[in-house]
Amino acid sequence: MNPILSIILKRLLIGFVTLWIVTIIIFAAIELLPGDIATEMLGQAATEESLAAFREKFDLNRPVHERYFSWLGGAITGDFGISLANQRPISELIGYRVGNTFFLAGYAAAIAVPIAVVSGMLAALYNGSVFDRVLSSSTLAAISFPEFFIAYILILIFSVGLGWFPSLANVDVEMGLGERLYRTFLPAMTLTLIVLAYMMRMTRAAILNLLALPYIEMAHLKGIKRWRVIAVHALPNALAPIINVIALNLAYLIVGVVLVEVVFVYPGLGQILVDAVSNRDVTVVQAACLIFAATYILLNLLADILSIIANPRLLHPR
Amino acid sequence: MHNLSHHLKDAPVSAWIGILIVIFYAVLALGAPFFAPFAESASVGKQYMPWASPHYLGTDALGRDVLSRLIYGARNTVGIALVTTALAFTLGATFGLLAATIGGWFDAISSRVVDVLMAIPPLIFALLILTITGTSVIALILVIAILDSTRVFRLSRAVAQGILTMDYIEVARMRGEGMFWLIRKEVLPNAAAPLIAEFGLRFCFVFLFISALSFLGLGIQPPTADWGGMVRESAKLISFANFATFQTATFGLAPLLPAGAIALLTIGVNLVVDWVLHMSSGLKE
Amino acid sequence: MTDLLLEMKDIRIEGRSDRQWKPIIKGVNLTLNRGEILGLIGESGAGKSTLGLAAMGYTKGGCRISGGSIHFDGQDLVGASNEALRQLRGARIAYVAQSAAAAFNPAYRLIDQYCEAPVKHGVMSRADAQSDAVELYRKIRLPNPEDIGFRYPHQVSGGQLQRAMTAMAMACRPDLIIFDEPTTALDVTTQIEVLAAIRDIVREYNTAAIYITHDLAVVAQMADKIKVLLRGEEVEEAPARDMLANPQQDYTKSLWAVRDFRRAPPAARHVDEGPLLEIRDMTAGYGAVDILKGINLTITRGSTVAVVGESGSGKSTMARVVMGLLPPSSGSLHYNGAALPKSGKQRPRDLQRHIQMIHQMADTALNPKHRIKDIIGRPLEFFLGLKGRAKDVRIRELLTLIELDPDEFINRMPSELSGGQKQRVCIARALAAEPDFIICDEVTSALDQLVAEGILRLLDRLQREMDLTYMFITHDIATVRSIADEVVVMQNGVIVEQGAKETIFSPPHAPYTELLLSSVPEMDPDWLAGLLKERGAMVTSEEQL
Repeated sequence: MNPILSIILKRLLIGFVTLWIVTIIIFAAIELLPGDIATEMLGQAATEESLAAFREKFDLNRPVHERYFSWLGGAITGDFGISLANQRPISELIGYRVGNTFFLAGYAAAIAVPIAVVSGMLAALYNGSVFDRVLSSSTLAAISFPEFFIAYILILIFSVGLGWFPSLANVDVEMGLGERLYRTFLPAMTLTLIVLAYMMRMTRAAILNLLALPYIEMAHLKGIKRWRVIAVHALPNALAPIINVIALNLAYLIVGVVLVEVVFVYPGLGQILVDAVSNRDVTVVQAACLIFAATYILLNLLADILSIIANPRLLHPR
Repeated sequence: MHNLSHHLKDAPVSAWIGILIVIFYAVLALGAPFFAPFAESASVGKQYMPWASPHYLGTDALGRDVLSRLIYGARNTVGIALVTTALAFTLGATFGLLAATIGGWFDAISSRVVDVLMAIPPLIFALLILTITGTSVIALILVIAILDSTRVFRLSRAVAQGILTMDYIEVARMRGEGMFWLIRKEVLPNAAAPLIAEFGLRFCFVFLFISALSFLGLGIQPPTADWGGMVRESAKLISFANFATFQTATFGLAPLLPAGAIALLTIGVNLVVDWVLHMSSGLKE
Repeated sequence: MTDLLLEMKDIRIEGRSDRQWKPIIKGVNLTLNRGEILGLIGESGAGKSTLGLAAMGYTKGGCRISGGSIHFDGQDLVGASNEALRQLRGARIAYVAQSAAAAFNPAYRLIDQYCEAPVKHGVMSRADAQSDAVELYRKIRLPNPEDIGFRYPHQVSGGQLQRAMTAMAMACRPDLIIFDEPTTALDVTTQIEVLAAIRDIVREYNTAAIYITHDLAVVAQMADKIKVLLRGEEVEEAPARDMLANPQQDYTKSLWAVRDFRRAPPAARHVDEGPLLEIRDMTAGYGAVDILKGINLTITRGSTVAVVGESGSGKSTMARVVMGLLPPSSGSLHYNGAALPKSGKQRPRDLQRHIQMIHQMADTALNPKHRIKDIIGRPLEFFLGLKGRAKDVRIRELLTLIELDPDEFINRMPSELSGGQKQRVCIARALAAEPDFIICDEVTSALDQLVAEGILRLLDRLQREMDLTYMFITHDIATVRSIADEVVVMQNGVIVEQGAKETIFSPPHAPYTELLLSSVPEMDPDWLAGLLKERGAMVTSEEQL
């Protein structure tokens, strides 16, 4: 078999095994609750009958492994069970919110990725220039600032000060795309600023590493034009590291969304997750955690596989 | 120590700024009761008083003095972050060094466990665990320390593995040196610089992480003064802000003050870390 | 039109370190005529590569040309624009790097990289360049010249890559090629092929060349004239034959003399002592792969046994087995008549003490955070239980023994020592255990020749004084000639021949020994030509891929 195929298959296998273990961890969370869930949710004053009814309703009388498999089976088909707090089906609660969260993350990525990759490359090419220095100090700011700090500065300037954008990103299902983009502009900008500098710095480092390699020097010594050395000799080899940078940051975006949603009161998955944690609504927490974790794992998996494919040594085996 | 003062003399301006920031916070945190004009969580005035003497940064929704709470916040937030980082470090570095040195099954098992822990985003994992444990300070410290120790594990294992390929390790092994001698005398002195830098970076991460959780209402609980929580409490004020008068403009600054306090300390630590990293990489040449 | 191609006058180059400029080349003159080959030799740090690259108007990052002039075919290179330099590079001046594996872009096939310079410099069309490449590949004696260009760099062996890079440098038929240690990373048997290929092709197209190397015998084969550099300054320059036969300067003479060191034969011993180390039917490897197969070896007390072989022959694995770092999968080891436990962990401390090893890279064999006194003191404490004053006295004795002044060196850090001094400290550390048997694993190959010779002489003296037995692992035949009593020749994990040095070095040889010995370059400028004639048509059989 082609070695690259077997490497990819192996990586896929590891990815799915990891995902499977993570489902077990998330499911086990409910089992680890100190005391009895029914008592916990209904309070000490609950009668025996109401406790029994609760257990019946949430299927707590069956053995653990049976409940795990029915939960997992449901999760795969999009049915996450019932909320402990308000007893409504979870899929109904989170369905449109999942879409909102991905929309916001995608919006931010669409702005951040092109800017980051292009300016990261420019910074590497003009290493040591003013542009490069500005970039490295802005990176310092971006990794030092808490997300909500950036968010409130943006609100203060663009919403309170200039009045250009709303400070609350309340969207609903009927809203058109234009309106939606307008209302979610500030949260998307916040997310962009969080990942942008980091992504630029990583791109820059990847390219700089590459430019120091002997074959790049060799290309210069062959009298190849500078832009061609970059575009033809450096870029194909930089693909793998850049793809990695992008995927890592997308994975980070998906999680960074949680805080930003809370600041802008955006109806997404992150917000409901935070509420559920405060209410100890375990089933909803499980569902949201599973979606976030799965996205994160799959994005990392995708990054690994793409960078395997982009490696010429593996692509053209001996 | 002669070395340290020598390095300090050569330190760039950025490092000096970083050091000064860190010292400033340290002094503030240690001497909080001395510097703070009012008590940490006592109601000392009307609610939302303007920025004027004696409440230089006004009061909050419960009439507590904002300046005093900011100063006490240095003690609480930074203190908890430090304890957490130290714990994460002890845990992660111990296991990382052991895994690299012992190798074999111990390395395989601990690396797999860390892989799985790291497969879940830390914020999501922390939220999951805090749902079970509830939001007590102890739970907070333990959860974050364990999650963060995975990063320390990875780094210290990688650093130690790099050192362990060196011939001087082989010489020591051929001599028949025990494992703890190897770690203590051969590995640790060479791993010190990257580990110190990593401690700074982990502190920043933990500090931001705790602040984020507090901001979500799931971290340090009121009435303890804490910067993340203060942002959360004053967030609503921002919509009443406008730049017409000084007083209404300060509404907008209310959440930015504690958030800025967080940002400034992280910048300071990062500047020092950059310098340490630069120094240790320069020494290798 | 004159014959003069390259003229460098009083060239000065500086490199930046510790926030200041430090001179690397301190005013060197160099002239080169068309079709002439200049051999540039010197030890590490002499500035050979820096000077070679300057001939292209190029300096490495962090370096600059701070004075002097460079004229190539009448054109000034120091003041030239980047664009003017770019048009010269690759087209009229080409470069061949030391590591071909790193200098080829992994993402493109060899022929794509070949065609790039001629097409982009407008010398020929892609189709012409491609057929020209096949032609040159054939001339440079690459196997399957029609197909090899369509492989990726990592699919081709090191010796072939180095030849492909020479062909690539030749693509635009430049006037000048800079060869920067092109065969240093290769095994001797591979090196021959590359040397022959380079020499033939350069002669055929009457290309001028600057050939940079630290190996005198190599430069003897390649160069018309030789320039010797020392720490950025010229020592002397002369036509190759004159220089080889009759060097003028003391430094050059000492370089030339290095190869003449011969150890005196050991004193006769009592025959009944029995062997010190015996290896019987030993097979060892990593995982399922056997690196060593059926090794039988006997080492007598007080002798030096040289284990010779090229990379991959298993000679270093043998050292690891004897040291107990890699337990063999079968066979046995006997030390001083008693069975030696396979794993080092099972060996009693006193037994472990008797067998010591010195590594190739003294740089990585000394912990950079330990002082010299701690490095030498630890085995004293560990094996002999010496403490305090007694330990200190012994450390000083050992430092004196290895010819380093105790007062000056005892408190130093390894970073404050030169390469040769570091290797001496490694020797002192091994001696501290008061061993009988020392394995020397390529101890001189990372060192410059003069320094290496000093180490060999020291080891020889110590052996006499302390009645030591050495197992000397090396790839360098000259070292074997200098120091060995007995020789073990290894290839692919098997001992091909073993015996007394005189026996091994005089015919008849085993076929591999023959190949190995005859491949070692000699100082005679006619050696390569003679050898190639002798080997005749056999040459094409390099790597059996």
